[in-house]
Amino acid sequence: MLEIKELRAGVEGTEILRGIDLTVRPGEVHAVMGPNGSGKSTLAQVLAGHPAYEVTGGSITFLGEDLLEMEPEERARAGIFLAFQYPVEIPGVTNAYFLRAAYNELRKARGEEEIDPIDFIDLLEEKLKIVKWEPEIMQRAVNAGFSGGEKKRNEILQMAVLEPKLAVLDETDSGLDIDALRIVADGVNALRREDRSVILVTHYQRLLNYIVPDHVHVLAGGRIVRSGGKELALELEARGYEWITGAVEAVA
Amino acid sequence: MSTPFAEAFATFAANGGGKPDWLAPVRQRAFARFAEVGIPTTRDEEWRFTPVAPLSEHPFAPVSAAARPLAAAELAPFIFGHAEWPMLVFVDGRYRAELSVRPDLAAGVTLGSVADAVARDHPLVREHLGRHAGPEATPFTALNLAFVRDGALLHVPAGVTLPQPVHALFVSTGDTTDAAAHPRNLVVVDAGARASFIESYVTLAPGARYLTNTVTEMVLGPQAWMEHSRIQRESESAFHLGFTQVDQARDSHYRSFTLAMGGAIARHNLHVQMNDSNVESLLYGLYLGHGTQLVDNHTAIFHDHPNCNSWEVYKGILDDRSRAVFNGKVFVKPEAQTTDAKQTNRTLLLSDGARVDTKPQLEIFADDVKCTHGATVGQLDELPLFYARSRGIPVDAARTLLTWAFAAEVIDEVAVAPVREELGRLVHSRLTKGS
Repeated sequence: MLEIKELRAGVEGTEILRGIDLTVRPGEVHAVMGPNGSGKSTLAQVLAGHPAYEVTGGSITFLGEDLLEMEPEERARAGIFLAFQYPVEIPGVTNAYFLRAAYNELRKARGEEEIDPIDFIDLLEEKLKIVKWEPEIMQRAVNAGFSGGEKKRNEILQMAVLEPKLAVLDETDSGLDIDALRIVADGVNALRREDRSVILVTHYQRLLNYIVPDHVHVLAGGRIVRSGGKELALELEARGYEWITGAVEAVA
Repeated sequence: MSTPFAEAFATFAANGGGKPDWLAPVRQRAFARFAEVGIPTTRDEEWRFTPVAPLSEHPFAPVSAAARPLAAAELAPFIFGHAEWPMLVFVDGRYRAELSVRPDLAAGVTLGSVADAVARDHPLVREHLGRHAGPEATPFTALNLAFVRDGALLHVPAGVTLPQPVHALFVSTGDTTDAAAHPRNLVVVDAGARASFIESYVTLAPGARYLTNTVTEMVLGPQAWMEHSRIQRESESAFHLGFTQVDQARDSHYRSFTLAMGGAIARHNLHVQMNDSNVESLLYGLYLGHGTQLVDNHTAIFHDHPNCNSWEVYKGILDDRSRAVFNGKVFVKPEAQTTDAKQTNRTLLLSDGARVDTKPQLEIFADDVKCTHGATVGQLDELPLFYARSRGIPVDAARTLLTWAFAAEVIDEVAVAPVREELGRLVHSRLTKGS
């Protein structure tokens, strides 16, 4: 599904990713962990095509296509979804309007008609259950005045409606209390499918108690310094990132 | 050079503009005042960015010939809300009863045309007409009073709530070149009464050159509540000059929304006079410019008494080589303690050729007050744009969406839902049509 090779990228001339290799197959859940500044959020942003990040080397292939040649909206239509670490507020546009506009763009890209507004309400009702929300939330402006937890739930709701092939969750667990974390994790789990892959970018192991990954990668200094199964996350939790980042320095 | 408008005024005075006897000298004095001050130039600070000198280059005069009949269908694009809403229609400045809707209203409510009221010597006219926005306010309030003949008249007596908004629709036909209309509206809402008043300025001839020089005098009694909406979508070759004077008594609530999207040169002054304590005034505005339009909003809030609040948000969206002017005055007198006044002006520039001149002007003479102002000018933020694109919305559509969102944020403040929806529809269709 996704193949990242020798990816190098940075922002404003500073290189952050220094050669990332990562392969994600359909249905897999990969956790990308690492200390602050390791480049894990950069990786998430580069996958979604954030214009501030410059790719300086390597390649990303998504479903056989060259992802780096695609605009952010083309990536979304190809099936990539980024759940933002800091979801953006859009006062003046209701959640319902925004989500329907996005949904219709994806339909158009598949050559389908725009959805009937009434049918969309039905669809929304189903999806709202996933994040345990009442329909009233859809009449509020996108993320405007939302609490941190509401914003993260809204990302999961968007994901549930847009049904991506690859979901990238950028620190979706940060700032959540245990109840919100559980709702978010349940939402993600509800969306797990054989043909849908997930990349969880996270600092803490906590989220992985709820969303069990198939693979865990540790990022440090812009490289993946260790990969393993879900037990790697537990080991990190117990021993801290120094265990790995220190080891890297010793090798170097 | 002869005085601009002198010939038109002589014709007007000879042509029914001399009646009734008490009003003729009022008009004469107003014209004398206009002749004395003349059309302002850009050397005048109040008109620094708004060149109205071209007004003297065209023989703008009231239409004297009887207007042609209009089919209801011609007005359909300008009518919104519910069919039973009271509506006063003015065509080229004159009231047209056959196009208007005047349902039975609550006892004591007066709704009609100023011309009718003048003819019947209605006491409201003598008491208020020209008393709140007199000839000294601006050269154009003087000119308006000189040519005063018609306009909307609404009086809501004490304690009455009008369940439906009143729509005053001013239509320019463009049938006569260089037509001038000088409507003067009078709205009086007595103690504890509540009403919503809408002014629309529209045209049947989008390319026509004409002049609308309109004045609205609004008087709110104690505890009165008024939502005042103003929709200006004149011909893009027209001149639009508007002056609104709002006088507020104790505990009254005034909320205004002005949408300015028409005219070659459009200017609106909104002056709010707080005549007692505990007054609240909310001023929202939206201005849209494209082509070479110039849109100018001057607001002035006079905090003369203690414990009054004003809240003002004006936003603009400018494309092509359009220009906008915003001047927001807030005067706080020494006795106006615990004033709370906030002013915000934000302009979105969609093209390199667009420009805005914004000037907050706060003059505060009391010490225990909360007064803030802020002005921003800029382009769409990159982050929301990326956010929308990351959800599959193409970049152009995302820009339009966010531009719409910028506007919708103020439109959302309109209390009366059908008015809010109509404003939304107008702005949305303008923004999605492109420039």
